[in-house]
Amino acid sequence: MSEKQGKIVGVSGNMLTVEFSAAVSQNEVAYVLVGKEKLKCEVIRVRGNRADLQIFESANGIGIGDTVEFTGQRLSVELGPGLLKSIYDGLQNPLVLLAEKSGFFLERGLYLNALDRESRWDFTPIAKAGDKVVAGDRIGSVPEGMFTHYIMAPFALRGEWTLRSVAPAGEYRVTDAVAECVNEDGETKSITMLQEWPVKVPIPDYAEKMLPHETLITGTRSIDTFFPVARGGTFCTPGPFGAGKTVLQHGLSQNAEVDIVVIAACGERAGEVVEILRTFPHLEDPRTGRTLMDRSIIICNTSSMPVAAREASIYTAVTVAEYYRQMGLHTLLLADSTSRWAQALREMSGRLGEIPGEEAFPAYLESRVAAFYERAGLVRLRSGEIGSVTIGGAVSPAGGNFEEPVTQATLKVVGCFLGLSRRRSDARRYPAIDPLDSWSKYTSLVDAKELEAARAILARGDEVSKMMRVIGEDGTTVDDFLVYLKSEFLDYVYLQQNTFDDVDCAVSRDRQDFVFKQVLEVLKSYFEFTEKSQAHSYFMQLRQLFMDWNYIRMDDPEFARQQENIRAKIGEALRHV
Amino acid sequence: MSKVYRKITQIVGNVIAVEADHVLYNELAEVSGAAGKSLAQVIRMKDRKVYLQVFAGSSGISTEDEVRFLGHEMQISGSEDLLGRIFNGCGEPRDGRSPITDDMINIGGPSVNPSRRTIPRKMIRTGIPMIDVFNTLVESQKLPIFSVAGEPYNPLLARIALQAEVDVIILGGMGLKYDDYLYFRNTLEQAGALSRVVMFIHTAADPVVECLMVPDMALAVAESYALGGKRVLVLLSDMTNFADALKEIAITMEQIPANRGYPGDLYSQLASRYEKAVDFERAGSITILTATTMPGDDITHPIPDNTGYITEGQFYLRRGRIEPFGSLSRLKQNVNGDTRRDHRAIMDAMIRLYAEFKNTCEKQSMGFAMSEWDNKLLSYGGQFESKLMDLSVNIPLEKALDLGWRILADCFRPEEVGIKTEIIKEFWPETRK
Repeated sequence: MSEKQGKIVGVSGNMLTVEFSAAVSQNEVAYVLVGKEKLKCEVIRVRGNRADLQIFESANGIGIGDTVEFTGQRLSVELGPGLLKSIYDGLQNPLVLLAEKSGFFLERGLYLNALDRESRWDFTPIAKAGDKVVAGDRIGSVPEGMFTHYIMAPFALRGEWTLRSVAPAGEYRVTDAVAECVNEDGETKSITMLQEWPVKVPIPDYAEKMLPHETLITGTRSIDTFFPVARGGTFCTPGPFGAGKTVLQHGLSQNAEVDIVVIAACGERAGEVVEILRTFPHLEDPRTGRTLMDRSIIICNTSSMPVAAREASIYTAVTVAEYYRQMGLHTLLLADSTSRWAQALREMSGRLGEIPGEEAFPAYLESRVAAFYERAGLVRLRSGEIGSVTIGGAVSPAGGNFEEPVTQATLKVVGCFLGLSRRRSDARRYPAIDPLDSWSKYTSLVDAKELEAARAILARGDEVSKMMRVIGEDGTTVDDFLVYLKSEFLDYVYLQQNTFDDVDCAVSRDRQDFVFKQVLEVLKSYFEFTEKSQAHSYFMQLRQLFMDWNYIRMDDPEFARQQENIRAKIGEALRHV
Repeated sequence: MSKVYRKITQIVGNVIAVEADHVLYNELAEVSGAAGKSLAQVIRMKDRKVYLQVFAGSSGISTEDEVRFLGHEMQISGSEDLLGRIFNGCGEPRDGRSPITDDMINIGGPSVNPSRRTIPRKMIRTGIPMIDVFNTLVESQKLPIFSVAGEPYNPLLARIALQAEVDVIILGGMGLKYDDYLYFRNTLEQAGALSRVVMFIHTAADPVVECLMVPDMALAVAESYALGGKRVLVLLSDMTNFADALKEIAITMEQIPANRGYPGDLYSQLASRYEKAVDFERAGSITILTATTMPGDDITHPIPDNTGYITEGQFYLRRGRIEPFGSLSRLKQNVNGDTRRDHRAIMDAMIRLYAEFKNTCEKQSMGFAMSEWDNKLLSYGGQFESKLMDLSVNIPLEKALDLGWRILADCFRPEEVGIKTEIIKEFWPETRK
């Protein structure tokens, strides 16, 4: 069927070398024919009449001389209604359907349509015959769960086209034509609900990209108050293993106030994805009353799945996120972990024999990382609506050392750095976001001055604690000791949060604002103590009251009562001026 | 109709190259000559040149030796006849009995579809408080013991294996000292467990490349048993030797090393083995426990570092104890919510206080005066170490939790331990203070 063919002349790991005769283009998709199997690959280098291809499968059993068919298409994803609630691998194969076909194991060379061809969608036209359209313009809409899913003119459309016909309202399959258009040259095209887009190219159809200004509430106090993330912004969570990156990302995926969450489980443990797969369909999204799965799309290419597909998975995920942004929705892409993606680049670069950069990562690592995060953004669409893609990437630095290339390349391009520390996780201080190292360029939900005051206490407290280690508690003044106690108090009752408690796991904007003010009152108070042990035991009691307070729902009358107890406790020890 | 070639054009390290046609990637071959016979595996092909890693090593191989391609990948029998048997790194019997060739399966098969996995929810009881209380082990978990040479990691593996209620134990030994091999064999034999054990043993004296197959063979057999409904525990010791063998081959093949000489795909290589741990819906499960010795006791060394990112936690074995810091079971949350209401509270509070105790120790060692709070912590830390951390302690989870409360009540007032008042009210022992 395909005109362009080639022959295998070399195999090394997941890299194939192919001799070809007709023209071949960079990043073109090809298939190797091995017996009855057709295995997907992508061209990554061309030299003379030989091309190097990365194969998205295991290369076992491929022989010299095997036939390769080139498709002429770049690696693309299918976009259209039905993406929500789906679970895909890195190449957008629907995993649940794969399991129906091949059982427990992933069968090599089995590729299925990402979007179901049989389901029918309730189409309502927006445009009418005679309208002029350009790429990305809305033709109609279909309801997809709780969202209005706009059917748009293909993003790949060039120039202005005139709609010749638009289908009447009714039920259609994704491959049915819902409109037909014609351009000046008389060329005609039919438009379906399904369109394809090459994953490595950002979807460009919006009016302008704006500065991210609005705090994205994640429900995690130390993020929203201290190191906020903005809608349309970027953040990264580097941390050594066991510091709680994944637990933090799971929390964000459940509680972040966005419309749609795209989870890219990239080269990490399968078990972590399974938790999402199995729990999300049953967890309620408190803001919509629907299940969390109704707003989620999961792309998972876990660590034992083919490496080249891992490289693609990040792009697949961000393309899907951009697609929903085009509908005026706020999407959040959580990628765990970008280091595994970078390692996939490194593996391929090594096979290609490229001159290595630091720690053998390729020289283009930084530009690739930057280009990925730059696909985030708050945009004004041509319709005037606002949509956003927020990107949060977990980074798994080798040896927990933030100096390594992937962390450094990431820090240069993100707007918020949530550094997880082993010291905090060892001491079970969760989330282990280090309050002294982390930073954010976005605006917090609390007043900047008050935030500064709280940060100063943390910094001072840390100094005192270090000093005490040198000169001992005895050599410390009561005032310094109080600063230390206050910083520990702030850490315990505000920065730390219990993910496993139904109330404490996610805290609303209002509650954060309210509780922070109460915490601040303690921090700003002058307490009357002569003995350090007295101060220590007082703060322990105060801490206990606040901790119990954190576990009480805000609409429970007990909440106000507990605040009374806290106020009374504070009053006990105030210095009388 | 096997193809035979006699033109070996290159011998470098344990890798040979031969000119051949119609060879398949990853196919097995038999190299035979004056120095004997060995299995070899295709690891790269370029035009007519085929590179093979020779399991028995290249020593004695002549350029005229015969290379016969077998037309299939490495295979192992998945039959139940393997139970009670001992094999070497090539899958040949090590116990002098006859080879088993029925039910042959490819090793290193495809990975499990994530959508068909289930959330592991069955606790494995070990009787070791540092595991049961603080880092509960869960069926289908993959977990290494991070340790250094000289620590009793192999006895710990054997103890957990015997105490865990599993149907089959598969032991994969890589670069195992002969003494350690005998230790495993004798311990399992004395416990009367040998009939439910399969061993793949590569000892330190065997050719290095041979150890590369051990994890894949052990896991392929495990997978076959688990699909048949068995709960399988796979023990692999020591994964560091496996990683070092990978490094050797990568360097021989002139791959650009990523970190301290290890290949860039070390993470993927380790992951494809560890990810075989699984709980099959309506069938059995595979739990993987490994020993990883850290070169120079360095946690940032590429082997433990990559491992830590792959596995679902790790146990640090140091000075004969499982360290509370750094040790982690990522799956504990799946089970410790259903054991007893106070389990999580005790687990967190005791470790937090132990961290404070460590700070106090530091202060004490610098000669500072101890405050009242410091003294409480010192008394707490001492009891924690002797009553819970000591590896000789062997008590069920519930007893260990009770003991935890007693230690807390012995040392602190209720508001000092940082536990929800509601839980304190229910569990704080009345008798003291």
